[in-house]
Amino acid sequence: MRRTPKLAIGAIALLGFIGASCGSDKDSAATTTTAKATTTSAKATTTSGAATTKPAGSTPAASGNITVFAAASLTESFNEIGTAFTTEHPDSKVTFSFDASSALVTQINQGAPADVFASADEANMTKLTDAGNNQGDPVVFATNKLEIIVAKGNPKGITSVADLAKSGVTFVTAAPEVPIGKYTQQVLDAAGVAVTPVSLEQNVKGIVTKVTTGEADAGIVYHTDVLAAGDQAEGVPIPDDINVIAKYPIVVTKESTNASTGTAFIDFVLSDQGQKILDAHGFSPPS
Amino acid sequence: MPSRRRRVDRQRLPIPALILAIIAIAFFALPFIGLVWRTPWRLTWEVLTDPDVRQALWLSIWCSLWATALSITFGVPLAWLLARVGFPGRGVVRALATLSMVLPPVVGGVALFFSFGRRGLFGQYLYNWFGFRLPFTTRGVIVAQTFVAMPFLVLTMEGALRQMDRRFEDAARTLGASRGYVFRRVTMPAVWPAFIAGCVLTWARALGEFGATITFAGNFPRTTQTMPLAIYLALESNPDEALVLSMVLIAVSFAVLIGLRDRWLGGSARALT
Repeated sequence: MRRTPKLAIGAIALLGFIGASCGSDKDSAATTTTAKATTTSAKATTTSGAATTKPAGSTPAASGNITVFAAASLTESFNEIGTAFTTEHPDSKVTFSFDASSALVTQINQGAPADVFASADEANMTKLTDAGNNQGDPVVFATNKLEIIVAKGNPKGITSVADLAKSGVTFVTAAPEVPIGKYTQQVLDAAGVAVTPVSLEQNVKGIVTKVTTGEADAGIVYHTDVLAAGDQAEGVPIPDDINVIAKYPIVVTKESTNASTGTAFIDFVLSDQGQKILDAHGFSPPS
Repeated sequence: MPSRRRRVDRQRLPIPALILAIIAIAFFALPFIGLVWRTPWRLTWEVLTDPDVRQALWLSIWCSLWATALSITFGVPLAWLLARVGFPGRGVVRALATLSMVLPPVVGGVALFFSFGRRGLFGQYLYNWFGFRLPFTTRGVIVAQTFVAMPFLVLTMEGALRQMDRRFEDAARTLGASRGYVFRRVTMPAVWPAFIAGCVLTWARALGEFGATITFAGNFPRTTQTMPLAIYLALESNPDEALVLSMVLIAVSFAVLIGLRDRWLGGSARALT
């Protein structure tokens, strides 16, 4: 009886290895065929990615559920856009997932069920298009500028990027794959300032939380995040000559189960109504 | 001690139970098989010699060992107290001690953050009076790990202390041994397998701690970025690296579990029967 359990475990492991090695051959064959298929379909659907702003109401009736994966900095504005969209298209429902663009694109490329992807930078959107997971070309729908965020009252008296390197100032940024982390490094390089952060947050809202709870003295976030933090934080502007213009592209994903509603959502974001909501939250127009 | 024939387990399971047990084995085995299959083995050396990876591994081991040491220092007396001294509110204290074990780790991290953060209820005094801060420091990682891992040691030890035969302790006392002597030479050897098992569990839990660490201590290479955090981040930028790092952690944990089990639990368990 002592040999049998060991034999059973050994047999299962062996079967698993055999199955896995057979599966890997089939899988690699399968992925090459789908890769070929994607390139042909991407070429065929370039027409749906036109960047024209359409007036509200000209979009076709949209219905069904869609899931929108959007950068964390779009949380407040996209929630409002979602509500406005479902008011105009009562048969539709929009579910959002907000996180760092880098985290979201990894999830989509691994098969997460998203219909629309809105990124905070073009590099992460390129990760999606390189994997062939888009339908049509991405369109830039908004831009954003960076701003220093400090606690209410600015207790450490930070007035410029150079002040971030002052001793006694706790600076927080995001991991380098996250768009804001990359942009922050660009701003610091342009200003010629070297700062050692105490932590690399997962997304831009993590930076905001560390500053509003008083754990960190300062961070660099988007202008829209400073506005969204309201009276819990203050912003210190960054001069335009060292600032970064963050471009936000949006696209429908290849695996979308409701591409028509997804396209309608993107059209809505690009429409006057959508652009007005984005502007109210502090975004700048796409051009 | 008379030598005993090893009792071989010869019970047969009914077929339905056997099938369910085999499914359970598959449930545990298949994820590891999948991981081993996907790991890019040719990249192993490249990843392992990356200085950031070595830092993360070193930090993980250093912090988890410290967390285990703190858990032993404070957990064993607590277990002794809970097992042997009947005081009002003992049930509440026991529940409190084990609460962080059943709590989702990130909740533990949030609790620590708002109590011991720079503006936390208690943390603000630590910071304002002593300039001492826990978030964003290696100390913070150790605190977070100890918080979630110590209950394992407390529970294991308390159970063992309750179950052991106290007559040996009483006999030693009547022969004139001091309480410290009795604890060192009679009690601890009697509960030694449970102690080792508790230590290993505590260490493993501390090594794998993620939620409380990233919420309370933050994430920065060399200071607070332990292996689990490094793996989580690598998943976004470089999945191959995440796979190799996962295998490294599995190999380390596996090696310790196998090694300790045979040496301590097998040997001394046999000696005590």
